[in-house]
Amino acid sequence: MGKTIAEKIFDAHKVDNPSGDIRVIQLDAVFCHEITTPIAINDLVKRGKDRVFDPDKIKVVIDHVSPAKDSKTAVQGKILREWARRHNIRDFFDIGRNGVCHALFPEKGFVRPGYTVIMGDSHTCTHGAFGAFAAGVGTTDLEVGILKGVCAFHYPKTMRIDIRGTLQQGVYAKDVILFVIGTIGVNGAAGRVVEFTGPTVKQMNMAARMTLCNMAIEAGGTSGICHPDETTVKYLWPFIKNTYADKASALASFQSLISDPDASYDQVVEIDVSDLTPRTTRGFKPDNVVAVEKMEGQAVDQVYIGSCTNGRIEDLRTAAAVLKGNTISEKVRAIVSPATPHIFQQALDEGLIKIFMDAGFCVTNPTCGACLGMSNGVLAEGEICAATTNRNFNGRMGKGGMIHLMSPATAAATAIAGHITNSSLFTN
Amino acid sequence: MYLGKDMKNFSGNVLFLDRDDINTDEIIPAKYLTENTKEALAPYLLEDMEMEEFDPAIDIAASQAIVTRSNFGCGSSREHAPWALEVNGINLVIAESFARIFRQNMYNCGMLAVEIDKATLDRLVTRFAGLGTTVETDFESSLFTFASGDIEEVVPFSISGYDRELIHAGGWVNYADSRY
Repeated sequence: MGKTIAEKIFDAHKVDNPSGDIRVIQLDAVFCHEITTPIAINDLVKRGKDRVFDPDKIKVVIDHVSPAKDSKTAVQGKILREWARRHNIRDFFDIGRNGVCHALFPEKGFVRPGYTVIMGDSHTCTHGAFGAFAAGVGTTDLEVGILKGVCAFHYPKTMRIDIRGTLQQGVYAKDVILFVIGTIGVNGAAGRVVEFTGPTVKQMNMAARMTLCNMAIEAGGTSGICHPDETTVKYLWPFIKNTYADKASALASFQSLISDPDASYDQVVEIDVSDLTPRTTRGFKPDNVVAVEKMEGQAVDQVYIGSCTNGRIEDLRTAAAVLKGNTISEKVRAIVSPATPHIFQQALDEGLIKIFMDAGFCVTNPTCGACLGMSNGVLAEGEICAATTNRNFNGRMGKGGMIHLMSPATAAATAIAGHITNSSLFTN
Repeated sequence: MYLGKDMKNFSGNVLFLDRDDINTDEIIPAKYLTENTKEALAPYLLEDMEMEEFDPAIDIAASQAIVTRSNFGCGSSREHAPWALEVNGINLVIAESFARIFRQNMYNCGMLAVEIDKATLDRLVTRFAGLGTTVETDFESSLFTFASGDIEEVVPFSISGYDRELIHAGGWVNYADSRY
């Protein structure tokens, strides 16, 4: 019997099998941010175990509320900063060099095919785009990860989602993943790894694959995962060129990881996206997905482009292409947050920031901020936001606010129109 | 290996939350994630959740257990969700199903998250919701006894040996520290 990519990764990292299908696995990377890590640090100190299993495998960023918005968030940053310093954690990213974790860490080359990664953040599943097992965990799992370099999971069952068909113009990975979640439901992948395969995924660049894997958690998935291929090697080459003789040998090494043809899947879902049109959400659940045209004309108060789902340079290019030569409606305010300083710099160099500003956008620094209603664009009661983020939960961006999730293209078009609309109206 | 000295209390008054997909943003909104102690979360548990006949100010203080529906704890990985329950004296959640991270966070904290089937849940909700109901948990025998006035129902439950060890150990840090 063959194995899935997730099973191969688990077998290569097995430390213990304490009971049943529970596997304790060795971790290749433990990622930390300032919201879920400080309580783990404080608990380790209290237990007299203020140690780290390997300072080079721990990557740390202040990203959720940056710059600090008040004394409490300043303290969270301080705890993380001092901890990183006293344990000689070299990869610590403070303001100025920080970015949204799931955009920053891939950009730094910290995730490789076959890796096991945890973070106290549910969107850690993003990193599965590189062919890694990457799971969001709570603070206690993070604490043990920091101390021991291990974490316990059920041996992975996998749901494979085969995606075929060429995306129409104006339709993006965000529309695909919204469609998938709308199809399988918020519980549809519960407790399973979501493996994205098929020709459409094969055609996608790493940014698009990250958008797919990012929202696996919105269907309850433990990790998203894609098969590493030439696209993965090309993205990672600057970080691995000293490890492999050439790209072909890197590819050969990575492809030994991909799922065997006779691997066993818990469920296989086939999706054809040839006729897919842009999607958005309504209500307070990410599986309440509808065609943008069904929501055409829905007025919005704010447009937000950014986040670990859609704050990458490809997303900014797409939005800017729609915005170029247009200005946003007087009825809306619009915010763009490039997800990392590198993306911000690229956007500056490519003239995208000027396009956003000429259109009337507020350009903020990289931070998670508004996506989870913590800073930089929180909604007032009764307000409606068109957002490229990942969750439309009640109160998520501010108590009493409503969020419609969508692609950067749809969000840009919505900013111009002042109401939800299809980007095809503004592009040729 | 463990004598259960760190085991939490799993018995008391029951709060019925008769809805699917209650997410961790509802259990504890993100704006409170700036707190650096578990205790500071206590006043905000389920603050934004809208449900008929639910008033967090009244219902939470009187409860030590929650009975709810499917996919409880979906969304964010924040362990602040079980902590907010814990600091309000609620260490037991019974549901048709849980989101993976929330369920693991509960056991990692030495708290009990137990799945029971929909038919049993339907019956419990029909028989007990809206009444003052208590649950008595016999952890070693895996039995819940629900009671209200003269009505009583015993519901057997099943958890894995591993989950049981985490409860006995008082959570994953104690367990992992003694083994790895």
